[in-house]
Amino acid sequence: MHPPRALYVEFPLGLPLGKPGDADFQHRVLGAAFALLGEPAGPVLADFPEAIKSEDTEPLQCSVPPRYDPELHPAVDEAQGLRSAHDRAVARNGRTTVGSHVSRDDIPDAIGKFARIAAGEPWDAVGLDGSAGRVGQEIRTYYEELACELADGPAGPWAVERWFYERTQTGKVLLEARRRMRDAGAPQLAWFLLAPASRE
Amino acid sequence: MPDNDQAMRTHVATLPVPEFAETAFTEPRALRDARVAIVTSAALYREGDPPFAVPDVHFETIPDSARDLKLGHVSPNFDRAGFAADLNVVYPVDRLHELADRGAIGSVADFHYSFAGNQSDTVSEVRLDTGPACAQKLREDGVDVVLLTPV
Repeated sequence: MHPPRALYVEFPLGLPLGKPGDADFQHRVLGAAFALLGEPAGPVLADFPEAIKSEDTEPLQCSVPPRYDPELHPAVDEAQGLRSAHDRAVARNGRTTVGSHVSRDDIPDAIGKFARIAAGEPWDAVGLDGSAGRVGQEIRTYYEELACELADGPAGPWAVERWFYERTQTGKVLLEARRRMRDAGAPQLAWFLLAPASRE
Repeated sequence: MPDNDQAMRTHVATLPVPEFAETAFTEPRALRDARVAIVTSAALYREGDPPFAVPDVHFETIPDSARDLKLGHVSPNFDRAGFAADLNVVYPVDRLHELADRGAIGSVADFHYSFAGNQSDTVSEVRLDTGPACAQKLREDGVDVVLLTPV
């Protein structure tokens, strides 16, 4: 494609400036990119000298609440218990990606619908329509935003994603719901967005 | 432990890449005098605005002062938590202001721009329509340098 000036960064996908919350590192990336403006001819493709490897990531230290209401599905109970953490995250950041496809108030109810799919109910009989994928993605975002508030220290690349799918009840529900929806022939957009493709 | 990044590298290597006969190349004014804008493919949009669709070839105009940004890029296959923790890791607008404050760049543009990454294989819309339209807006704002941040 030959863009005029490009800086190749060996960072995990989704982190073009490298490290969240590390202004010094981000300035080093910007400095290397802007240095290419001095090149007299192009196209120019330069390598940033520092790499970030996701396999070096430490597991996220982030507690989930104990069971509170035994009448609820564990994932729904968990999501309700984490609401105050999400409130703090929104207050601190002044923004949230949750709310375009499911409101924060409706997150537990939406998780309950995915739990029914995971338990074997037909995906198109629980009240999730073609936007199931976008709703599921906002559920993941709800957890990822609050995890940044609860975690002990900054999270390494992919650490929050791993915590969500491997340590939370809701992450496990979304993985099982995705498997069942895919196997049932649901539209790809309804299940594909529920988890990274490499997770089986 | 799944290696999402390697899985995406393998997948992306199979995608078609447009070949251009020429490379646009200019020598901008000195960075300390240059006006800088961000163009990102993270599909950022503001609170209250409709989200990007799938696919979606339009672009959003983001006022420089806006921080109520949402991540509209729908792919599940990248680290989405980085943006949740710090929008500058995708959209380094605060870093640009720090550079302007210390005189390393001339100024920060009044507006920045956001596209979705799920463009058509030929990227015809960006080449022939939205790209030139965005470039025109950048020129009207007096922008000398554009920082592209792909996601």
